[in-house]
Amino acid sequence: MNRDFYHSLIFDLSRPGRRAYAIPTNGCTPSIAELPPQLMRESAPQLPEVDEPTIVRHYTNLSTNNFGVDSGFYPLGSCTMKYNPKINEEIASLPSMASLHPYQPDSTVQGALEAYWNLNRALSEIGGMSEFTLNPFAGAHGELTGLMVIRAYHDSRGDAKRTKVIVPDSAHGTNPASAAVAGLKVVEVKSLPDGTVDVEALRGLLDDSVAAVMMTNPNTAGIFEHNIPEIARMAHEAGALMYYDGANLNPMLGISRPGDMGFDVMHINLHKTFSTPHGGGGPGSGPVGVRAGLEQFLPNPRVVRNDDGTFSLTRSDDSLGSVSATLGNFAVQLRALSYILSLGNDGLMMAGPLATLNANYIKESLRDLYCLPIDRVCKHEFVFDGLADKSTGVTTLNVAKRLLDHGFHAPTIYFPLLFHESLMIEPTETESIDTLDRFIDVMRSIAEEAKSNPDMVKEAPHRTPVRHPDDTAAALNPVVTYFELTND
Amino acid sequence: MIHRYFPHTKQEIDTMLKRCGVTSLDDLYADVPQELRLEKAYDLPAEMSEKEVRDYFDRLGSRNRRLTCFAGAGFYDHYTPSVIPALISRSEFLTAYTPYQPEISQGTLQYIFEYQSMMATLTGMEVSNASMYDGTTATAEAMMMAVAHARRRNRVLVSATLNPATRRVVETYARYHGVTVDIIAEDPQLGVTSRADLEAKLAEGNVAGVILPTPNFYGILEDLTGIADLCHANKALLILNTIPSALGVIRTPGSWGADIAVGDGQSLGMPLSYGGPYLGFICCSKALIRKMPGRIVGATKDADGQRVFVLTLQAREQHIRRDKATSNICSNQGLMALYATIYLAVMGADGLRRINEESYAGAHWLMEQLTATGKLTPAYPDSPVLNEFVMTSRVDIDELIARCIAEGILPGVKIAPDRILIAVTEMQSRADMERLVKIVDAL
Amino acid sequence: MDKTLYSSTHEYARIEGNVAYIGISDYAQKALGNIVYVDMPETGEDFNAGDEFGAVESVKAASDLIMPLSGAVLEINEHLIDNPRLLNEDAMANWIIKIELTDPAEAESLMTEEAYAEFCEKH
Repeated sequence: MNRDFYHSLIFDLSRPGRRAYAIPTNGCTPSIAELPPQLMRESAPQLPEVDEPTIVRHYTNLSTNNFGVDSGFYPLGSCTMKYNPKINEEIASLPSMASLHPYQPDSTVQGALEAYWNLNRALSEIGGMSEFTLNPFAGAHGELTGLMVIRAYHDSRGDAKRTKVIVPDSAHGTNPASAAVAGLKVVEVKSLPDGTVDVEALRGLLDDSVAAVMMTNPNTAGIFEHNIPEIARMAHEAGALMYYDGANLNPMLGISRPGDMGFDVMHINLHKTFSTPHGGGGPGSGPVGVRAGLEQFLPNPRVVRNDDGTFSLTRSDDSLGSVSATLGNFAVQLRALSYILSLGNDGLMMAGPLATLNANYIKESLRDLYCLPIDRVCKHEFVFDGLADKSTGVTTLNVAKRLLDHGFHAPTIYFPLLFHESLMIEPTETESIDTLDRFIDVMRSIAEEAKSNPDMVKEAPHRTPVRHPDDTAAALNPVVTYFELTND
Repeated sequence: MIHRYFPHTKQEIDTMLKRCGVTSLDDLYADVPQELRLEKAYDLPAEMSEKEVRDYFDRLGSRNRRLTCFAGAGFYDHYTPSVIPALISRSEFLTAYTPYQPEISQGTLQYIFEYQSMMATLTGMEVSNASMYDGTTATAEAMMMAVAHARRRNRVLVSATLNPATRRVVETYARYHGVTVDIIAEDPQLGVTSRADLEAKLAEGNVAGVILPTPNFYGILEDLTGIADLCHANKALLILNTIPSALGVIRTPGSWGADIAVGDGQSLGMPLSYGGPYLGFICCSKALIRKMPGRIVGATKDADGQRVFVLTLQAREQHIRRDKATSNICSNQGLMALYATIYLAVMGADGLRRINEESYAGAHWLMEQLTATGKLTPAYPDSPVLNEFVMTSRVDIDELIARCIAEGILPGVKIAPDRILIAVTEMQSRADMERLVKIVDAL
Repeated sequence: MDKTLYSSTHEYARIEGNVAYIGISDYAQKALGNIVYVDMPETGEDFNAGDEFGAVESVKAASDLIMPLSGAVLEINEHLIDNPRLLNEDAMANWIIKIELTDPAEAESLMTEEAYAEFCEKH
């Protein structure tokens, strides 16, 4: 990363009279001046005026202020920051795919529909589900869609009193938020000290007002919910459906399928388990799978394979409705399919175990210096509750910021909410032992430094292009556009 | 070597297992009950080399038809300047996560700030968020924002002239979120929102928000004079759904007095890509900023006094507010926001105006020529359109579309048994349009 | 006569006749940290005891405001709009809303200062 902070905004580079566009002309004579003036803009938008070389240098410089998986180790828990293969990018931009209009007749997009179908089949095989819709745009969008499937299912049975979703207190924040958007009430179930759901507490919450039990497995502490068969049996007995938040699917690749665990509905984050790049926050893709018997509730449109081997789009009245205009983030889906084909059956079978191995290797190498609240074999990630030695006053935030000085991205911090000083580490299977060893060495040196020179850690970061941004000032007086900036 | 994406050697795996105190990878899964374990490997294809992956997708691609595109209906074939794919594929942008660590994420934070600024000036609104998934979900989110703002009113009015794909998503969200959607009728002669019906439905009361489009689904620029006052007099928020490329020339949501502007950013040069990824935008008045869903980037200072950027107003969001959050959205369309930002930097106000001039000229020329064939007539001859228009057909539309496709042209989108919606951008040449006219003429 | 009572969700009610000033306790402002925003209702709105009437936000946390007593909002503390940090400076002096009580007898269910201090120690 560039040590010097590049701070110009594109607006700062604007000079009247510069331009970067060149537009073809069609030679047609009608003039836009014919439109009624009251329907037109009074003044031009205040966009920058810049030339092409300036644009290229500006955004190239901006990129040097950033850190991605390609820059270095990114052990961000629950985010599965694995390597994003380069071939996927080329596949996503093939003109034979990228030029298709979403409303082209089915007969002209058979290849695209086949790609959608094949990814649906592959995800169904991996998830142990009957069918996937790829339409949802992201994980949280998948959660919402899945909960709508569940509501549509209960509604179809005339079962209108199921208004609650049970969510563990360790859940991702999107779970309760998605439930609220779907019009469901959230009931929290406590976790036991070992991080798993308290089955007895859950039993007490299950009745005929529960629409679904929403779980992540392994959970956000990286622990496999070994009681899942019992939980699924109890939920089903109470008439509720089981929802699988697929954010943590990666370690289960090659091991176990959510469908076999007893889940009825699930989503998968293609940008986690299936290697599509996170893009600084998106675009992602959150396909939703359902077990047999729930397919008709999936959102419109659906892709079906006809008897003659062709593919068509269909809409059904049983469907929950639509969550998108199109078949979703198609170019992201292509990347995921490319990844599945590149890994192949054997590669997919190994991805989960290697991710789990990497996580346990780090955990076992640091457990003497960091507080390990749940001492069990973890899956793809695990949680430390801060430093073991609490006397130094060095917090999880300090450790995270000090890691930045050493060229690592920070782990996820202060999540899950089960512990005060959560430090959640997920290495993924694409990191080598060399990288892990270097990370372990740095984590050990920070723990050492917390004792020998605590201020050095507390005042971190020291070497990043910017240091200690004032979050409070930003929230107190939000300045969110260039036009609100003042010169002070 | 296990796979080209996995660095582990056999020997390293053994070393690592030893550190973990186990003897096999399988031991790491001892807590997974045997009955849940896969009995056999997945039934999926074997590993492919890059060449085989390419061949696979080339084979699929050969089953698609690349067509000269006169289809719009919300998604437009605009040119993508080469600098955009070149810059957004820089891996520091592409492979980064959400900018949770501002010290090493200023690249992402800064372009989002630029994006917010550009969307604000384009829509004439005070603030923008960091982007949403797409235009349909952004509109649904705006609906929920209006309902949250209104606290106890939960009825939303939606114009019949809104893109039906957007309407379907809004209705789906509304059904589950407990919001009542009432459709405002359209004036069948003019193809615009019926003001009389809007007034009548507002007068029924309990309205939290009103969702209107301009340009609407028929490409028509709706005259919204007095609409904002009408909504506000009934304590309802005005939500305008619009097309950002068109905002280079048409009157802005801000100027019409809208409280929230939403839409899809695809028209800012994003590849059609059979439906995505695109970008949803949501802009609003500053008074509503804390009701806005999604991420927001704000400017602040760092310890050295430098102007820097951070994610701000996070207390609205799901990772803090959980079930009380303004939305469940967690991601934005980060990279597509960069796409839109670079596009708007390339075009500037002048470039956007020029694109609209070309599109207008082409669309109106094509409309005249198609009318002259005697096969098609404008469906709403008295309403102003920018670059998209509806034609009523005297010939079978399916036949028309089939003939055109045979000649490599997608002539538009069929929106009724006898109606076709046709769009023109800077991408279709005079020769392309002449070919289309010739095919129609020969029907 | 004036009296200040507390709820288990850390709001206080300073009762003066059939009017009460509602705010958050000193304990609550300390727990939240730097307060950056106070979401307040509109005057005239009616609430029952236990209803949410707004929220207080810091940079990384948010807390809903729960009505300790039923009543109609007579006034909101407009100083908090521009300067929410007043709550950090003196939460007790800077009330959030002033209400007209609909059921003064509800006050019996709230905690006295001593009982609240004990409550905070335990939680």
